[in-house]
Amino acid sequence: MSVKLLLEKAHVEGIRSFDVYRREGGYRSVEKALKTMSPDAVTEEVKKSGLRGRGGAGFPSGLKWSFLAKPEGVPRHLVCNADESEPGTFKDRYLMEFIPHLLIEGLIVSSFALGSHATYIYIRGEYAWIPDILEQAIAEAKNNGFLGKNILGSGFDCEIYVQRGAGAYICGEETALIESLEGKRGNPRIKPPFPAVKGVWDRPTVVNNVETLAAVVPIINMGGEEYAKIGVGKSTGTKLISACGNINKPGVYEIDMTISVEEFIYSDEYCGGIPNGKRLKACIPGGSSVPILPANLLLKTAKGETRYMNYESLADGGFATGSMMGSGGFIILDEDQCVVKNTYTLARFYRHESCGQCSPCREGTGWMEKILKNIDTGKGKMSDIDLLWDIQRKIEGNTICPLGDAAAWPVAAAIRHFRDEFEWHVNNPQESQTRNFGLAHYADPIYVPA
Amino acid sequence: MAEEKKAEEKKLFKVTIDNITVDVEPGTTILHAARMVGGDVTPPAMCYYSKLKGSGGKCRTCLVEVAAGSTADPRPMPKLVASCRTTVMDGMIVKNITSERVLEARAGVVELLLINHPLDCPICDQAGECHLQDLSYEHGKEGTRYEFKRRTFTPHNLGEYIQLHMTRCILCYRCVYTANQLTNKREHGILDRGDHAEIATYIEKALDNEFIGNVIDVCPVGALTDKTFRFKNRVWFTKPMDAHRDCPTCSGQVQLWMRGDEVYRVTARKDEWGEVKDTTEGKPGWICNDCRFHKKSVKDWVIEGPTQVNRHSVISQGHYVNTVTPKETLPEVMGGRAPKLLMNIHKVSDVNRPEIQLSKIEGPAHSDDFKPPTP
Repeated sequence: MSVKLLLEKAHVEGIRSFDVYRREGGYRSVEKALKTMSPDAVTEEVKKSGLRGRGGAGFPSGLKWSFLAKPEGVPRHLVCNADESEPGTFKDRYLMEFIPHLLIEGLIVSSFALGSHATYIYIRGEYAWIPDILEQAIAEAKNNGFLGKNILGSGFDCEIYVQRGAGAYICGEETALIESLEGKRGNPRIKPPFPAVKGVWDRPTVVNNVETLAAVVPIINMGGEEYAKIGVGKSTGTKLISACGNINKPGVYEIDMTISVEEFIYSDEYCGGIPNGKRLKACIPGGSSVPILPANLLLKTAKGETRYMNYESLADGGFATGSMMGSGGFIILDEDQCVVKNTYTLARFYRHESCGQCSPCREGTGWMEKILKNIDTGKGKMSDIDLLWDIQRKIEGNTICPLGDAAAWPVAAAIRHFRDEFEWHVNNPQESQTRNFGLAHYADPIYVPA
Repeated sequence: MAEEKKAEEKKLFKVTIDNITVDVEPGTTILHAARMVGGDVTPPAMCYYSKLKGSGGKCRTCLVEVAAGSTADPRPMPKLVASCRTTVMDGMIVKNITSERVLEARAGVVELLLINHPLDCPICDQAGECHLQDLSYEHGKEGTRYEFKRRTFTPHNLGEYIQLHMTRCILCYRCVYTANQLTNKREHGILDRGDHAEIATYIEKALDNEFIGNVIDVCPVGALTDKTFRFKNRVWFTKPMDAHRDCPTCSGQVQLWMRGDEVYRVTARKDEWGEVKDTTEGKPGWICNDCRFHKKSVKDWVIEGPTQVNRHSVISQGHYVNTVTPKETLPEVMGGRAPKLLMNIHKVSDVNRPEIQLSKIEGPAHSDDFKPPTP
């Protein structure tokens, strides 16, 4: 049985309202932090907790906070990145929709730690109904003295503003988000300077994911050291995983990062196995941009060790035989799924979402999509597979922001692990339109429940 | 020397680019340090424009490898960096043409920049002074692996002076920065995103500002060209001349592109990196629309003399300035051997009408000079 820190109270009747949330122990961390701790002490607790950014990159949050420049007389800002656009990821939506006060509470404590008097939640446009939920939560918190001027008599002022995006994937990249927040075209900025030095309106800014900021609440409540005891190694605390695809129980699960991938997929507590007696073919373990893994490399690492649901274990073997924890968008593909079609769908997404600012990503994503479409529709050539490999190499690492990498990795991993399926598509243009390639040698051993 | 004096006053950073060390002031970008070295060491820059604040970092042709970050922290940077936006550190070691990774990435960028480019150089007014032509000549391959329809756009009319060919655009954003920083109201910008992003005015509108003509000068490709020069001549047939006039709006220091006594085109003066030069008074050399589009007569200008053109440039072709007649005879050059056959191609050519004396033609010969006599 795993520990639940974020979603423990998510389904308490009426938890969206301030009164119920407060009755269930909410806003204790605000009281603790503002009344008994200094801002630096809060940052220190977050550092001790080993909390890593939950948006995808997994950068230690406490360290990120300590990079924040603090020049005299310049306001600083905290921005909550709620532009959750990664295909397969929907954990932040769940958190904001069911337990909005947890985010607000985390934001107040974090704003206090960073000295942000104006804090922003940048939320994607497609989450049309959530800003209302958040704004109501903010209003309630304000009415009860947890926001506004002189919070709880501590002398700390803070306001939280909700800003809606217009639904661009690129605005989840922190500098593009800042541009968009400022009302400009959402193009990523060229770094350096980093947001910690020049962010919103050229002021020092920290941009954190919704889940990261929510996790600050249990960290303050239980103490950083206690929090760090949950989980394993550098993967501390709990992580929300949004599981989808061919599983019996898609949804958002809070895990404590000690369970194995196999347990996560097949146990009834989590995904509940694959429906209709089908077998596992592949998995994208961290949102669409992380490398896809075939079943045989997913459950066990290349060294034959059990793979666990945490940052290190999922990345074991690098990109050659591993993947990434990413944002926790766990996508399962069963034996009936076509990897070529899947890769084409992802390539189409990245082509559509590329901001068009830098040339490798702008031109390369479109080219990859066209080639993949040809292969998928039975018009591909054998040389196209090598060409795809070459194009993704030219994009990866050469772009302004990580969108280029995010577009290149899925294509690279699909070719790396499923090259025979691509070749089969090229060699059997007609047959590939009527049936799927199936499992081939990369399938898992048939799962026998213990 | 002024520079040496500065070195005494101020601490200079030592940066090594392709094994050549230069001293530069703190805050200099790698690209500028490389430009101080000059030659092959300088990375190409398609989007960066030193006169435009905020430009650069987008085209990725100037990527270089940083083999050592600085003396204090000699770790290499994991990714290639955009040299136009990365400032140097003391003791930084940069690899440009000595790095395989850089050359491969640059060739990749050139290939990607060209996949959707129409390659219509034969009918493009920019041909001959196009940075993309130079770039693909130096770093590109002769063939393409792109087998799809190239992207096209609905044409937009930007008014009577500026011609927009969106298919040729590489989205360097220079014209957007120019309009932002030179004019008080920007009317055009980037619409849409990704590979369907385009330069346009939101609702069809003419670009109307007395300095907007400068977007033509900053455009590295043939996307924005001068409508008053459209299809009038090839740049290598015209001869650039420095000239000036007393202009109430701008400095009036321009370059005239002439053929005989006719002024075909007026542009700002450009330096060796293709950027608009500062005026002799040290101010930015942007010119106004009046000088650019309306003063097309020699009488409007005081001509200072021919512009120095890099002799490798196609523009230097056909301009016989300071030509030297060889003193040696052919046998001397050929080590005593007399050439087997010497033929005057002109005399035996029917096409070029042998009765015309070439020496009577003024300037470079043109097909008009050999037109058959009308019966």
